[in-house]
Amino acid sequence: MIESLVEPLSTYASDLDFLVNLVAWFTGIWLVLSEGVFFWLIWKYRAKEGVRSEYITGEEAHQKRWVTWPHYAVLVCDVFIIYFAVTVWVDIKQTLPPAEATVRIISQQWGWTFQHPGPDNKLDTKDDIRTTDELHVKVGTTYHYKLESLDVLHDFSVPVFRLKQDAIPGRVITGWFKATGTGEHDIQCAEICGIAHGMMGGRIFIETPEEHEKWMQSQSEGMVASKIDDKALSTTVAAVGVP
Amino acid sequence: MSAADHAHDAHHEPGWVSKYIFPLDHKIIGMQYLFTGMFMALIGGFLVYAFRMQLAFPGIEVPFYGKVTPGDYNSLITNHGTIMVFWVAMPVLIAAFGNFLIPLMIGCDDMVFPRINRLSYQIFFISAVIILASFFVEGGGFGGAWTAYPPLSAKAEYSLTPLGSSMWLVAVALEFVAFLLGGINFITTAMNSRAPGMKMFDVPIVVWMIVIASILFMASVGPLIAGAVMMFMDQVIGTTFYDPSAGGDPVLWQHLFWFFGHPEVYVVLLPAMGIVAEIIAVFARKKLFAYKTILYTTFATGILSFFVWAHHQFIAGIDPRMANVFTVTTLLISIPIAEMLFIYIASLWGGSITLSTPMLWALAFIAEFLIGGVTGIFLGASGADVYFHDTYFVIAHFHYTFFPIAFIAVFAGLTHWFPKMFGRLMNETAGKIHFWGTIIPFNFIFIPLFVLGSAGQHRRIYNYQHFPELATTELQNLRVLATMALVTLIVFQIVFLTNFFWSIFFGPKAGENPWKGTTLEWVTASPPPHGNFKEMPTVYRGPYEYGVPGRDDDYWPQHLPNES
Repeated sequence: MIESLVEPLSTYASDLDFLVNLVAWFTGIWLVLSEGVFFWLIWKYRAKEGVRSEYITGEEAHQKRWVTWPHYAVLVCDVFIIYFAVTVWVDIKQTLPPAEATVRIISQQWGWTFQHPGPDNKLDTKDDIRTTDELHVKVGTTYHYKLESLDVLHDFSVPVFRLKQDAIPGRVITGWFKATGTGEHDIQCAEICGIAHGMMGGRIFIETPEEHEKWMQSQSEGMVASKIDDKALSTTVAAVGVP
Repeated sequence: MSAADHAHDAHHEPGWVSKYIFPLDHKIIGMQYLFTGMFMALIGGFLVYAFRMQLAFPGIEVPFYGKVTPGDYNSLITNHGTIMVFWVAMPVLIAAFGNFLIPLMIGCDDMVFPRINRLSYQIFFISAVIILASFFVEGGGFGGAWTAYPPLSAKAEYSLTPLGSSMWLVAVALEFVAFLLGGINFITTAMNSRAPGMKMFDVPIVVWMIVIASILFMASVGPLIAGAVMMFMDQVIGTTFYDPSAGGDPVLWQHLFWFFGHPEVYVVLLPAMGIVAEIIAVFARKKLFAYKTILYTTFATGILSFFVWAHHQFIAGIDPRMANVFTVTTLLISIPIAEMLFIYIASLWGGSITLSTPMLWALAFIAEFLIGGVTGIFLGASGADVYFHDTYFVIAHFHYTFFPIAFIAVFAGLTHWFPKMFGRLMNETAGKIHFWGTIIPFNFIFIPLFVLGSAGQHRRIYNYQHFPELATTELQNLRVLATMALVTLIVFQIVFLTNFFWSIFFGPKAGENPWKGTTLEWVTASPPPHGNFKEMPTVYRGPYEYGVPGRDDDYWPQHLPNES
């Protein structure tokens, strides 16, 4: 259902898409069946001259089974859905495969700061690369993210990854992703965060190792980037007219 | 006031001011709630018109509004949601129908606590004035979404609406007080004032539903009022209940809000289901299928509704293991609700169905609510919710539940009991034009939103140009389609309002029992006099004795003695 609209580009994306399709089939069948019976009954029992309604209490067992059997069938569908929902959930949120790289994501009103580990692949060292609103990752690499917020709630959402996580001030939330395809895609802030919430977009660049290397070199002129970034952020703020 | 008391106690016709401005009569208080709710629905409709126009045609001067700034946009969506839930769905479904119907349907002369009842409306009225006034203060109305998550809502430096946030909070808290008072009244009245002979299982379903909804509301609202007091102190005197920099926790609010917020869904759903049950029985000329099972599924739904709240918070930073528990409870709640809908559908079996305007609305409720129900499974399944959370899929889902509740069921109820409320009939042709003019655009608004949500469109964004994957022509066309459908839907409401107000004064006289119903409200005059019944009724049987074999009439009213 969603894979035709948004490319699945992480290891768990296609599992999630499978779950969505499964739910779509189960609920779709129930919907069509119930609506079908419903409209058929409306047609079949339309008022006719001289025909009186029947007196049915619905309290007797042979009558009640018409609603109890379907509801057991609903229960069976629920069990399937719960099983697959929990499986996908545990994969995305409850397990943490060992990291091959770690990035820090800092959200604030109204922009993203990404701290990349840099050439030594270690976070919080001198060669870290800080960017605003642009996250650069290598395809096929397991990343941990450390998500923070400096002010209100935000939400780090990457639709192609099927990943979404709230950022909460005062906490560092760790999660993971591993991209399966390259390209440039949207990052959204998916939790309302004030008047410029609608401008808090970012981009994720999923690169091959060579491209990623090249990008890191282009950034190696030092920490110039972060200075520009601060300015960029204040321009955004000015654009929406914050005092 | 003392004059009104006196008039009430003696059942004299009171004077105009005490009758219509400071009434004690449950029917007039119900009307006050109804008309206030209808007025607020117009406001809520205007707000959605303004922000949907901005979404379809970003940056235009919206006719009758002007330019929608990002700050305006947030305030419009916030107050649209708040007003439609708290000042439209609740006052109309629970307070208006509850007040009007409960004493009439259980056969008593008034509520047990008429003065508390009047106070309830007065507090509600003040709360409505405050929420409307919040648009005109410095900084404008609150714009932190109807869920009001802190820290955004708790600090003016983040929300930039120093007065709007606090007024929003005060208005919501007062509204809760009003409904607590009203709920106490409904529960007590239904328990104590039933007509002689009316046993618990002779009570019409709609009365049961309003009473159960009031119990759910009473049991769930306490934590939120406590939460609102804490937030008010955070806003005004600088406490730090939700401020992590001083040891507070913003996620605490989310728990308090949704512990109330999820039962609240059923608080408004149940009265709507009750209204639909009454109308199906009348216009299918059928005894409701398995009356007691309806009640048991309602109890099960009500109890379960207290154990599902964290499905709103799967990705909000709660312990991920908790999500599994709440996935199970959330999926389980589909069972009683599904069974309830199966029962409604089964009630049509063997009926003699007339598609009058109220019946069309009641049936449309079931058809549309089913869509709202099944799409909820996508969101309750934690794994899938990682993707769908805070997208337009969520918006489409809950509008497929809330629109049937707050509008379809309300139109069903209004067209059904209009003859009893005002003593006249509404125009059927206009009623049907209004029905199709509402139902068709409704689906054209929200089916596109399901698609947009599946494409990853997230909520509360005033303009998608900052998100290249969402700024495509195809998606923009869907946004325009939804907005056009919305405008069509709003225009068709003129048909309803005209029909409604014209019929109040000029409709043909209805008589006591135009639909040949069995329940007690159809025994008395239309509109019922002060004190409701000339002769207080006694009850001899259940509420839905239609098509009883061996009788001349196909209905057997509750108040007729057995050997008649």
